[in-house]
Amino acid sequence: MASVAIREAPTDAKTSVVIFGATSALAQATARQLAERGLRLHLVARNAEKLASVAADLSARGASINTTQADLDQIDQHDQLLDSIGGIEECWFFYGVLPDQQQCEIDWQATATALHTNFTSTASLLTRVANQLASRNRGLIVVVSSVAGDRGRGSNYVYGSAKGALALFCQGLRNRLAPHGVRVLTVKPGFIDTPMTAHVEKKPAALWATPERVANDMLKARDGRRDVLYTPWFWQPIMCVIRSIPERVFKGLSL
Amino acid sequence: MTDKYRSWGFATASRQRAIVPRWAPEIEQFPKAQEQWGNHSRLAFGRGRSYGDSCLNSAGYLVDTSALSRFIHFDRETGNLSAEAGITLGQILDLVIPAGWFLPVSPGTRYATLGGAIANDVHGKNHHVDGTFGRFVSRLSVHRSNGQTVDCSPRSRSDLFNATIGGLGLTGVITRASLHLIPITSDQLAVRFDRFRGIDQFMSLSSGCHDSHQYSVAWLDCVSRGKNFARGVFMSANHLDERTTLDLTRTRKRIGIPFSLPSRILNKYTIGAFNSAYYLAHKPRHARTVCQHYKSFFYPLDAIGNWNRIYGTRGFHQYQFVVPPGAESVLETLLKKIVSSGAGSFLAVLKEFGTIKSPGLLSFPRPGLCLALDFADRGDATVQLIRALDLQVREAGGAAYPAKDRLMPAESFRAYFPRLNEFLPHVDPESSSDFWRRVSG
Repeated sequence: MASVAIREAPTDAKTSVVIFGATSALAQATARQLAERGLRLHLVARNAEKLASVAADLSARGASINTTQADLDQIDQHDQLLDSIGGIEECWFFYGVLPDQQQCEIDWQATATALHTNFTSTASLLTRVANQLASRNRGLIVVVSSVAGDRGRGSNYVYGSAKGALALFCQGLRNRLAPHGVRVLTVKPGFIDTPMTAHVEKKPAALWATPERVANDMLKARDGRRDVLYTPWFWQPIMCVIRSIPERVFKGLSL
Repeated sequence: MTDKYRSWGFATASRQRAIVPRWAPEIEQFPKAQEQWGNHSRLAFGRGRSYGDSCLNSAGYLVDTSALSRFIHFDRETGNLSAEAGITLGQILDLVIPAGWFLPVSPGTRYATLGGAIANDVHGKNHHVDGTFGRFVSRLSVHRSNGQTVDCSPRSRSDLFNATIGGLGLTGVITRASLHLIPITSDQLAVRFDRFRGIDQFMSLSSGCHDSHQYSVAWLDCVSRGKNFARGVFMSANHLDERTTLDLTRTRKRIGIPFSLPSRILNKYTIGAFNSAYYLAHKPRHARTVCQHYKSFFYPLDAIGNWNRIYGTRGFHQYQFVVPPGAESVLETLLKKIVSSGAGSFLAVLKEFGTIKSPGLLSFPRPGLCLALDFADRGDATVQLIRALDLQVREAGGAAYPAKDRLMPAESFRAYFPRLNEFLPHVDPESSSDFWRRVSG
């Protein structure tokens, strides 16, 4: 009897948790926690050297790791990429860029590139992954958006609009996939101390969180039933206030 | 510029510049940092657990290695571990203990980094049987200022390897290292406590446990005089295994240390009272053996976050020295000086070092008696006291520990480290520290 059970079990063994953008600081902190739970991880990232060092770290911690090096901006290769990964049970989207807003204001190409990476490319992968999960009537998708997507600000609207669009896309996807038993969790972190924000002055210090803290919050949300997570928690009331400021007043604020 | 980078004794008010590489190849950023700051010298900075100025570089910049904290490989069968240099000993322990392995040498804090443990060739309570941390390093990589990363081991480039063990970060930035771990069957230790009075009694306890106990260390009262002079509590321990039998009826909590006291309350009366309480808390005469978790045995102070703050913002000095075998009377003389100065602290640690040699050219541990103690910084009086102690340590043929120091003069440094001339050719041309500028001047 036992041998039969073992032969039937592999539905789980074959599937894995896929992490897109696995070398980001937030992805690394999250992957360590997922690895501790004994999950099989499939890491996807652009830089092969960094990917190898993250994979080695997680393997040393006892996790079972696969890796695929890929430039996720190349949308025409997404199908091939997902085929090579195989059965997906759960996937996390971490990748993104923080563009130079001033450069984007004078250079459409810079804006287009940022929108492509931060929204179009992720939407492309989401579309394909969503269908795969829906056909199996189970699964979890976690997408890292940003509080910057909650309101267009003069100082950061290129990044913000892509993240805002992504959150809206996920909201729709969540409602479409709910009847199929597939869950979509949108994460809206505030300021995180990572290489992406290395050049930003960390003030006020109380608003800056470590990747580990945000990863902790995300893991808790993963295990719960939440649809949208603000992390750390205080961003929820802050963004509630920021969203409710009348545009007439907001225009006068230099945010 | 930031004041985030301080040493554990708050040694300096000078601000430090730093780059924070997130990936080892980013250490290459240094030409950019040079250009930006118009200076050249650099120094790796881990978690700032050195007490003095050996971890600071006010004239140049620091390479903050805290983000270089990934494991590279861990072989659960052989106990060989490779990791980036910024990983802390605690992070290593969290991974390896459940797999039945332990650090071959543990310094007093689990927050020290792998790179720092190598650069200071740290020692632990098992020095008498196992020697220093550097003896268990099988391989390491050093990033030199010419842009090359050199792999070295006891067999290949052993000259650079030996210079880097205990080399105070001056041979370049250590980026990664491999280590032999030791097997354990429990995260607990069987710890035996014996009271002693006088250095002679300490010596007989210490030599008596050489063969029977892997770990030994003593807490020494450096406040009391008269009949209580040089009293203390001697601790000897082994990792617990199935064969250990314990008299568990005697197990009880160790006395709590009143660290929540405001620093102003730390004076010779309260410190004296603490010393008496600690001594008396350990049952008189007959020894007892208890079971202790590895964290409370090896890292008792780590339980109190930022314990260095008890000395207030002025900080404190730590002075750690070793006197050679046969010079026990010098230690007694020094202790008398400390007692009569009234500057003694409550954290004095006495340990007999063994004879096992380290590969490190500038390694501090050497055979003899080693004492470490804190002095709250009371300005000139403290400096005078430490200078006077240093003079006698030098005369006795002893040595002081650079990782704890911010006062050592150049002539002492040369006397303490006779292999300095072998070391000098390996100093990276663009590596330096506040300590190095002082002692190499």
